[in-house]
Amino acid sequence: MAYVDDFPTDARIVRWNMLVAFTALGIGGLFGMIQGLHRTGYFRGFVSSADYYTVLTGHGVLLALVFTTFALCGLFTWGVTRSLDRPLPSARFAMTWFGLMLVGAVMAAVTILGGLVPQMPLNADVLYTFYAPMKAHPAFYAGLALFIVGSWLAGVDWFRTYWRWRGDNPDQRIPLQTFMALTTMLMWYISSAGVAVEVLVFLLPWSLGLIQQVDPLLTRTLFWYFGHPVVYFWLMPAYFIWYTVLPKLSGGRLFSDPLARVVFVLFLLLSTPVGFHHQYVDPGIPEGFKFIAMTNTMFLLLPSLLTAFTVVASMEHGARQRGGEGRLGWLRELPWDEPAFAGCALAGLMFAAGGFSGMINAGMNINYLIHNTLWVPGHFHLTVGTASALTFMAAGYWLFPQITGNRLRFRSLATIQPYVWFIGMTLMSNAMHRAGLAGIPRRTAEPQYDSITFQGVVGGVSEMRLQIAIGGTILFLGLVLFLIVIFGTWLGGSGNDSLRVNGAIPAPLSGPEHSPRILDNLKLWTAVAILLIVLAYGLPLSAMISDGLFAPGSPPIPV
Amino acid sequence: MEIHRYEKIWTAVALLLIVGLIATVTYGALGPGVKMVDDSGGTIDADSLGDTEFADPGVTKVGEDQYEVHVVARQFLFQPGTTSPIRVPANSEVTFYITSPDVVHGFEIAGTNVNTMAIPGQVAEVTVRFDEPAEYGIVCHEYCGAGHHTMAGQLVVVPEDEYDTEGS
Ligand code: HEM
Ligand SMILES: [Cu+2]
Ligand SMILES: [Cu+2]
Repeated sequence: MAYVDDFPTDARIVRWNMLVAFTALGIGGLFGMIQGLHRTGYFRGFVSSADYYTVLTGHGVLLALVFTTFALCGLFTWGVTRSLDRPLPSARFAMTWFGLMLVGAVMAAVTILGGLVPQMPLNADVLYTFYAPMKAHPAFYAGLALFIVGSWLAGVDWFRTYWRWRGDNPDQRIPLQTFMALTTMLMWYISSAGVAVEVLVFLLPWSLGLIQQVDPLLTRTLFWYFGHPVVYFWLMPAYFIWYTVLPKLSGGRLFSDPLARVVFVLFLLLSTPVGFHHQYVDPGIPEGFKFIAMTNTMFLLLPSLLTAFTVVASMEHGARQRGGEGRLGWLRELPWDEPAFAGCALAGLMFAAGGFSGMINAGMNINYLIHNTLWVPGHFHLTVGTASALTFMAAGYWLFPQITGNRLRFRSLATIQPYVWFIGMTLMSNAMHRAGLAGIPRRTAEPQYDSITFQGVVGGVSEMRLQIAIGGTILFLGLVLFLIVIFGTWLGGSGNDSLRVNGAIPAPLSGPEHSPRILDNLKLWTAVAILLIVLAYGLPLSAMISDGLFAPGSPPIPV
Repeated sequence: MEIHRYEKIWTAVALLLIVGLIATVTYGALGPGVKMVDDSGGTIDADSLGDTEFADPGVTKVGEDQYEVHVVARQFLFQPGTTSPIRVPANSEVTFYITSPDVVHGFEIAGTNVNTMAIPGQVAEVTVRFDEPAEYGIVCHEYCGAGHHTMAGQLVVVPEDEYDTEGS
């Protein structure tokens, strides 16, 4: 029996979330290729350089917010209902949050794309960070607000499901997948409160003319209060797949359930009090607070390093179950021709590289070298752009048959797709990193200046440009392959073949019964998380608002 | 709770790495004295820069080999920097004060450690030594509107003797 047979209504919700996610991925990826070709100067025929920023806003919002959040909602709806073995309480409630998110996302996207049509009053060329005092059309902020409220209700839905399950099972440990979904959402409630205040209290009323000015530094700080944890909102669903599905795909089982819980608790505690590391070079923030944020950031490495261990150990265990031997020889026994496995494994590998460049970003003083250069997109295309994105695609290969009841179509395309993505990203990302070291800025349509020659530390600037252009094109090709497989599977009908996927997930080697019950005390961890945030943000925020909530203020500047 | 021996070793190594990373930054701050951009520049009314030191931005000599440079970053130029280069002598210590009257900009002197944000209402303060004569490009590295990619400038470090004769 596949998931769709046991939970037909929930399967539909998962399917729709994933389909919206992958549609956003397709459009965003096309924009990515346009950017890659435009800013390197290889082809500037798609848009003018002024409209480049419309495309870039679309890329950031559609990929970093819309794609990731819908994918998370699909995966968590599946994981919560599967692991609790009960459906969401009400289909209508589920459709409400899905509908709110969809309406919000479409509103924001239409407002952004309005920037390409001069006759339309809509415009939101403010990038996905929307720093004030640059002002977008109010529909952009309203769309974002609806989108975030929808995501909050999605979390409420998973909690409701959990509480009902708890009523029937008062003494059991929270199943691992549900535990991961709930801790992720607690982190999300705490952190997205920052952007909600930024948008609802400041930017939306200000863009409507209800208040005259806002404080650029305060709103920016509220953004980054949310802007780092959102990174973990992208990553935690990928970790969720790595912990609970990847070991099975490798042919084995998870090493340790208790450590998986520890890792998610650490993310809940440490994801938020670090946001100042995005503001290392901002004026107006005392050095001491930057230092505290840096210390927390470094400790936030720990759960990711622990994850690296578990992922590799679980894969090795799987490979040895399949007959793998030797110190590294076991690697050969892994199912590299299985797209779901290959996607997750390659995503994990790239994440390791992304982790290294992230340590550079986090080093408060080394950050001077690379702040706002191409190094930064080089880094996060390895993390969110591959660790998350490729894992979600890989999960799609495994999950789509189970949520549609259809066999995976175009299997051979699916088999090569993760490798295509990997090659494209290797080219694009290494060149972006090196270009950043040479000082080439990010977020720029034409990083070629009359008065400046950038000097590469390793390699020449024209060679980097070529790699970015080719890498971006290969990535887009990889995306097209993926979309053919997924939409082909969805539309392909079930035929008469039986499914080849087995959705059962084996129990971990070391189960939750070996861990202290306090790990499941969500109230306690939430309280500690809030305490850490008060320590990191209390003083700097109160200093910023001591001269008035809206001062030093700036009136809106339309783009 | 049972933890595998390898996992214990791994965790210990991870913690060592973390503490090591924090130590290098601490050393950078205490040893070579790498200073972060902070709140020392103070706040300012972005609407009336005309009433401040930024009314007539540029280079001022404040001591033996010490200079201050006020820079206004605005859509889409640096004043000074874009229409005429910022000129300072070699062998000097230069403190930049940077602010913006409109949107957020970036101020990066390519090839140096000078890299800061220009945020309306805030003044960024950055001090740097220039030992040798050289020419540097200045880039706005924060998106600031449709003309963002045109926003750049120049800094020229001239030989000391030339600087004195021609003035600033
Ligand atoms: C076809 C694949 C992709 C290509 C070719 C691509 C290309 C690019 C390029 C060239 C930039 C830099 C633009 C600039 O700074 O001027 C960029 C920025 C960015 N990309 Fe991608 N990308 C791809 C996929 C992704 C994915 C899957 C994600 C996330 C899930 C992502 C997230 C971002 C974000 C958040 C930015 C920064 C936007 C900003 O600075 O406002 N990209 N991308
Ligand atoms: Cu961050
Ligand atoms: Cu700019």
